[in-house]
Amino acid sequence: MLNKSLFKRPKNTLEGYERPSKSVSPHVPDEMYLSCPGCKAMLPSDELAEKLYVCPRCGRHLRIGARQRIALLVDRDSFREMDAEMASRNIIDFPGYTKKLANTVLDSQEKEAVITGEAMLGGRPVALFVMEPNFMIGSMGTVVGEKITRLFEYATQKSLPVIGFTVSGGARMQEGILSLMQMAKTSGAVKRHSDAGNLYIVVLTDPTTGGVTASFGMEGDIQIAEPGALIGFAGPRVIEQTIRQKLPAGFQRAEFLLEKGFLDAVVPRRYHRKYLSRLLALHERGDA
Amino acid sequence: MEAIERVRAARAKGRPTAVDFIRNVTEEFMEMHGDRRFGDDRAVVAGISRLAGRPVTVIGLERGSDTKERVMRNFGCAHPEGYRKALRLMKQAEKFHRPVLCFVDTSGAYCGLEAEERGEAQAIAENLMEMMTLKTPIISVFIGEGGSGGALGLAVADQVWMLENAVYSVVSPEGCASILWKDSSRTKEAAQFLKMTAEDLLELGVVERVFPETEETYQQLKEELAAAFEQSMQLPVEVLLENRYQRFRRMGVPE
Repeated sequence: MLNKSLFKRPKNTLEGYERPSKSVSPHVPDEMYLSCPGCKAMLPSDELAEKLYVCPRCGRHLRIGARQRIALLVDRDSFREMDAEMASRNIIDFPGYTKKLANTVLDSQEKEAVITGEAMLGGRPVALFVMEPNFMIGSMGTVVGEKITRLFEYATQKSLPVIGFTVSGGARMQEGILSLMQMAKTSGAVKRHSDAGNLYIVVLTDPTTGGVTASFGMEGDIQIAEPGALIGFAGPRVIEQTIRQKLPAGFQRAEFLLEKGFLDAVVPRRYHRKYLSRLLALHERGDA
Repeated sequence: MEAIERVRAARAKGRPTAVDFIRNVTEEFMEMHGDRRFGDDRAVVAGISRLAGRPVTVIGLERGSDTKERVMRNFGCAHPEGYRKALRLMKQAEKFHRPVLCFVDTSGAYCGLEAEERGEAQAIAENLMEMMTLKTPIISVFIGEGGSGGALGLAVADQVWMLENAVYSVVSPEGCASILWKDSSRTKEAAQFLKMTAEDLLELGVVERVFPETEETYQQLKEELAAAFEQSMQLPVEVLLENRYQRFRRMGVPE
């Protein structure tokens, strides 16, 4: 059968064509079956939840919301959120942004694209940030920058390690230059935390691109990623337009970055808790 | 003047480029090449100069002035080795206690296959971190286009100055119009809303000074830079670094 959409431009998830993980969002538990975006297999949603939203057929790591991820990762009931009420405003009066924010808050049930706080992991305290794919694909505006900066400043003061899960399409255009400045602001806070001898582990998840990769996303002492995660500076479509060539399969994926020397390891989701706990233990200070 | 006209002026053919500023604002420039890891990126011109007698490290994003040179300079779009060359020379400046002067003029870091393979994002991220605590004064002057992370990679500075027709933005107005509105004809609006002109940025507190473009610009820059470095070289290093941290720390703090 002739497929009419065969010659259409490929849809690019970074630019908001595909609503990410809407169908696997923990907020819609009434759906019994979900289709894996990798292999299209129909999967019972309770089985998928049990597998931490990793497809049992093809191993695809589905995007999961920040709160879901925190619940799967840290010691039970140990998470204490910080700056939970901090919300974005339309600081440079960008047209349509106020409405966009209101809709996103409604859709995602979150106030911003990152959740920060303190938790216990394997019995050890850690400062944690987890970016939210359902909030403008984790785009970084001033509130994201401020929350992450505060978290690092807090962790520096308390000599706590930081673990951060990134997901982001980059800096938030609607906040103009001030969103770009968050790259410098967060990098400054990461540097002070690092210079004070504290550990920072980054877990890059699908997709992490743009201003987040070019700042706190690549500034960890230890850099790991989920299998198959897209990680880069420019998005694939921008690169294809620049060089006027198709990109090879697997380009900018976690396994590719590992091969090129930009990651310490690619770690499947089911091992995160164990892997991160072991690293925390290895970095425990005698005087703590 | 409308924002889009500033964008056009910033990109105009015949506009002086980084090399012109290095030549006219500083003296005795000696160019230094290579990042010692991969290669030499010709989109970044760097070396040692004198500024009103004082040795300084100068780094410029150079877009080239004719077609042949533009191709050779990759139109001022640096690869990771360009940012790494810049950082290498900044570390050297720190070692020898000389200030760092950056001239920024780029549409952005290069979005290509090899740039990604060699870690464009990681190179920029490292510059942001290291510049924040570089123990010597840094001033960045935007002389043309300041495109996003590729510009910021040379602009974590104690002060950022701009020429009156320079622009600085998180995204190009073309990119913004096509990504947000899927309509490239709305570039003019995007330029206005992004608040990317020197005037807007001064008001937002993102830059400290704006310089008119006249025949005296080079001379004026030279005198003002010399005075600013004279002052910042006197500061205790802790004060210098605390000021630099706070300069960025206060940007975009919610009320």
